[in-house]
Amino acid sequence: MIEIKNLVVQIEDNRILNGLDLKVADGEVAAIMGPNGSGKSTLSYVIAGKEDYEVLDGEVLLDGENILEMDAAERAAAGVFLAFQYPLEIPGVGTMTFLKAALNAQRKARGEEPLSTPELIKRVNAAGEVLEIKRDFLKRALNVGFSGGEKKRMEILQMALLEPRFCILDETDSGLDIDALRIVSDGVNKLRDPGRSFLVITHYQRLLNHIVPDTVHVMSAGRIVKSGGKELALELEANGYADYRQLAAE
Amino acid sequence: MAEITQIRTAAETGLAALFERLKGGLPGDVAVREAALSGFATMGLPHRRVEEFKYTDLRALMRDAAHPAEAPSPDETTKAFAEAKAFAEIDAARLTFVNGHRAPHSSELPAGIEVVTMPDAMASGHPLLGFLNAVAIARGNPIYDLNTAFLADGVVIRVPAGLAVERPIHLRFLAAASAPFSTATRILVIVEEGASLTLLESHEGRDGVAYQPNDVIEFVVGDRAKVAHLRLNAEGSESLALSTVTAKLGAEVVFNSLNVVVGGAASRHQVFATFAGEGTNARIDGANMLKGRQHSDATLVVDHAVPHCTSREMFKSVLDDSSVGVFQGKIIVRPYAQKTDGAMKSNALLLGEGATMNNKPELEIFADDVVCGHGATCGALDADLLFYLKSRGLPQALAQSLLIQAFLGEAVESVEHEGARESLIGVIEGWLAARG
Ligand SMILES: Nc1ncnc2c1ncn2[C@@H]1O[C@H](COP(=O)(O)OP(=O)(O)O)[C@@H](O)[C@H]1O
Ligand SMILES: [Mg+2]
Repeated sequence: MIEIKNLVVQIEDNRILNGLDLKVADGEVAAIMGPNGSGKSTLSYVIAGKEDYEVLDGEVLLDGENILEMDAAERAAAGVFLAFQYPLEIPGVGTMTFLKAALNAQRKARGEEPLSTPELIKRVNAAGEVLEIKRDFLKRALNVGFSGGEKKRMEILQMALLEPRFCILDETDSGLDIDALRIVSDGVNKLRDPGRSFLVITHYQRLLNHIVPDTVHVMSAGRIVKSGGKELALELEANGYADYRQLAAE
Repeated sequence: MAEITQIRTAAETGLAALFERLKGGLPGDVAVREAALSGFATMGLPHRRVEEFKYTDLRALMRDAAHPAEAPSPDETTKAFAEAKAFAEIDAARLTFVNGHRAPHSSELPAGIEVVTMPDAMASGHPLLGFLNAVAIARGNPIYDLNTAFLADGVVIRVPAGLAVERPIHLRFLAAASAPFSTATRILVIVEEGASLTLLESHEGRDGVAYQPNDVIEFVVGDRAKVAHLRLNAEGSESLALSTVTAKLGAEVVFNSLNVVVGGAASRHQVFATFAGEGTNARIDGANMLKGRQHSDATLVVDHAVPHCTSREMFKSVLDDSSVGVFQGKIIVRPYAQKTDGAMKSNALLLGEGATMNNKPELEIFADDVVCGHGATCGALDADLLFYLKSRGLPQALAQSLLIQAFLGEAVESVEHEGARESLIGVIEGWLAARG
């Protein structure tokens, strides 16, 4: 269960999140929709532990523990995962080297034994098959020379491998063609589990046809201004965000 | 009136006195040594106002003239051998110097290779010594001149035409004395037409001893020959390590020289390379990993004297704490050297708050149909990349290590000899692990 209470965040004196409240129960898929610039990515970065932001107030509780006091690596080991809107290319760092380092660092933090290389390869290949990632991609430097869609698939592969408790998907649908969208959504749906929750951030309804949410929240000017079921997404698609800009201003 | 009275430092006076005392016992033509020393003496130890030493003030760094060490005892030699770690896991023919003295060697040299000790060659006026001092742009350099004046030991290695030497030769320099000393070694490597050689060179020494090695290695490479030179500076923590590489390259040669630095309180590595034949390809690379108050200078001059040659120079510096890196690279393209392709780059990663990198790339181009360029970058680790790695669970130190390894990777990736490449990756990993 993740619970965000009255989160107030600024960067360089710009207030971006304005007392945001949100709860996502175990097993729940929550969607956040909202216009560009409403603070969706900021929210995802603050939860994942990016340091550029100044948290003025509020807390983010994962199973009752305030993760804002942990650094990014500790949050990852505690089960937070962010699939980036713009995954980064890391020249010189092999994909396999990276995956092994990440998985074993998390296992170590949890007091578990490191995974052997053959076992790791087995798991990576299994996840790669679901996401239709070519094996030779895994031999390259992380994300280097990958297309936008391939990078997004690699994010989901990491998610599958790391088995987080709480997954944030920041505009995972952007830059995907219809086939890739289906592959990525199938990959995500396979990971749905009663013990795992998702925060799916998107600008469009399209993704939510594939990853069907339990709840939909509308974000505007750094706050959740309306919450509802999956039908709310359809309503937004039809009417746009104009009404909610008004709501946020009030 | 400008001040012209030359005030000699204690080290300069000491060097002159030392030379007078030693010269009678040194091999070869004393006139050559005297000429080198008087060349050195006109300028003395170079300081900040000498352009080539702007960032490495040798006058300030060399406080005293250290005496050469006595030849080590058999015990000392055995102990030094046992402690030597650099390139140890590689199957190679080793030639070892302890405290600047050639140690009796046990490993067998590759068949067909000619090796003569430098003192023997000098005493007998060996004809191969005609290849010494073959690179004009190195002449007059004060570090090189000092080596010529004090030259006490070394070897001449000749790889005959057409011989492809599979097993690398490993020149191992060990500093084992517990009191300060100096060395002046000279290695002359002649790789004849169509021959090939991998030469490993390592320098290791005790921490806490203020020794002063001055090592010169000279390559004379025949047409279509191939040379890979991989050098590791793992000198002791208080050493002042001076080194020079000269290379005279024939036609269609492939020449790679990489210097990896983790040791020394202060070091200066100089490379003087001249292209003497067309169609030659040279790579001169460096990787410096420094911490504390270490200072490391890489200075190179690449002289394109003939057309149709390619040179690549790539220097990577990782500077922790308050360490100082220096890169001075000069590419000269002579008027006749059309179609020269030269690219030089220096990239520094500043990890420590007090770390400094000094970059001085220079192009002196006198031909019009050439492609030459240089680039220098200096910066901290990318914060966004660090966050990305940390968001996957990698703790700060591990995330940094991965990015530093990636940064340095480019410099060692090009090493063809697999064992040597792995050795150097091990050096990088060792440095990172010590950083914690
Ligand atoms: N690093 C930053 N520095 C200054 N302003 C920022 C920074 N990051 C985001 N912002 C601002 O915060 C607001 C929210 O951005 P973001 O969280 O990316 O929105 P969204 O993901 O909903 O499009 C925007 O007005 C953006 O310009
Ligand atoms: Mg965004």
